Amino acid sequence: MQNRTLETGVGLFLLAGILALLLLALRVSGLSASANTDTYKLYANFDNIAGLTVRAKVTMAGVNIGKVTAIDLDHDTFTGRVTMEVNKRVNNLPSDSTASILTAGLLGEKYIGISVGGDDQLLKDGGTIHDTQSSLVLEDLIGKFLLNSVGKDAK
Amino acid sequence: MRRKSLMDRVRLMGRSTIDIVAVLGRSGIFLVHALLGRGGIGGGFQLLLRQLHSVGVMSLAIIVVSGVFIGMVLALQGFSILAKYGSEQAVGQMVALTLLRELGPVVTALLFAGRAGSALTAEIGNMKSTEQLSSLEMIGVDPLKYIVAPRLWAGFISLPVLALIFSVVGIWGGSWVAVDWLGVYEGSFWANMQNSVSFTDDVLNGVIKSVVFAFVVTWIAVFQGYDCEPTSEGISRATTKTVVYASLAVLGLDFIMTALMFGDF
Repeated sequence: MQNRTLETGVGLFLLAGILALLLLALRVSGLSASANTDTYKLYANFDNIAGLTVRAKVTMAGVNIGKVTAIDLDHDTFTGRVTMEVNKRVNNLPSDSTASILTAGLLGEKYIGISVGGDDQLLKDGGTIHDTQSSLVLEDLIGKFLLNSVGKDAK
Repeated sequence: MRRKSLMDRVRLMGRSTIDIVAVLGRSGIFLVHALLGRGGIGGGFQLLLRQLHSVGVMSLAIIVVSGVFIGMVLALQGFSILAKYGSEQAVGQMVALTLLRELGPVVTALLFAGRAGSALTAEIGNMKSTEQLSSLEMIGVDPLKYIVAPRLWAGFISLPVLALIFSVVGIWGGSWVAVDWLGVYEGSFWANMQNSVSFTDDVLNGVIKSVVFAFVVTWIAVFQGYDCEPTSEGISRATTKTVVYASLAVLGLDFIMTALMFGDF
């Protein structure tokens, strides 16, 4: 009898551990079984990707439709080439869609926002988005601002 | 006698080095024999079950209580700092990452060394001083197999489970303070957490850490008991050594593993 309570105790203990792991997986890290279902690849070249990281979100109208899987430098054009994996369900992107690097909030993370174009042709797997808008770099902005005010003084 | 000659100092240094190496070697041989020697755990499942109960289940209370309080304190401190920057939604992310990466495995291992490790050392040390271990050997029963191996395995299994429970309970405590008490919006609390916590990088790395800690803490505890001087003074010294060595080993290894896992080398 004493042995039985002991066994029940140990069993419950191990069950609690497995339950904890499940909770951590599903509730805390948001892991879902269908995490990497069907996606297709898109490329985009940006003049400046400053601050964008791998695994950043790709959104359209604020809805999450994919993620950034790789960032590297294009050898010939010296632009940053971003590889994105976009959900297969969003398979009707016109080929002149615009990709821009945006910031969530004032100090938040960078993500890619795609806005729709009007072309009849659609982007296919491995296609490239040509119309891009680079990341906002604070130093450039301040530089432009200073240049402007200096110009005004001279007049 | 007042001044030791230079050669005496050199000799002392050499002797202490040899002692350290000897202890390391003994503990290594001890571990290999206990884990791999002659057919695994003697007495089978029943002995392991009893040890799992005394090492794991009985430690549950202290782990759960300290987990809740640590989670609550983290949420409280994080909230008061993050609120200054107007980003109190990030409190969930902060609590979850802190617990999963660091505090869960480390604090559980420290508590485990104090609660279960010292008990293991004292128990085995007492068996040695009352010559139960040598009597077992006399009647042809291997004490490594029947006494040591079940305790080692029980420690290896229960510490990672305890660390997982600690993290979950801590996150629950944090959400209780942040959401129900301080009024952080529940949706953004969990959404921020889920966005920033990755299962492989954070949860599994935490589990790997706690497995390593389990190995080290149990090894030190059982070896100190087995290797102690068979007197009451020796047992008390061995118990102290267990807690001190195990805590230092956990904290040192934690730094190394954090550097390897999250250091971006």
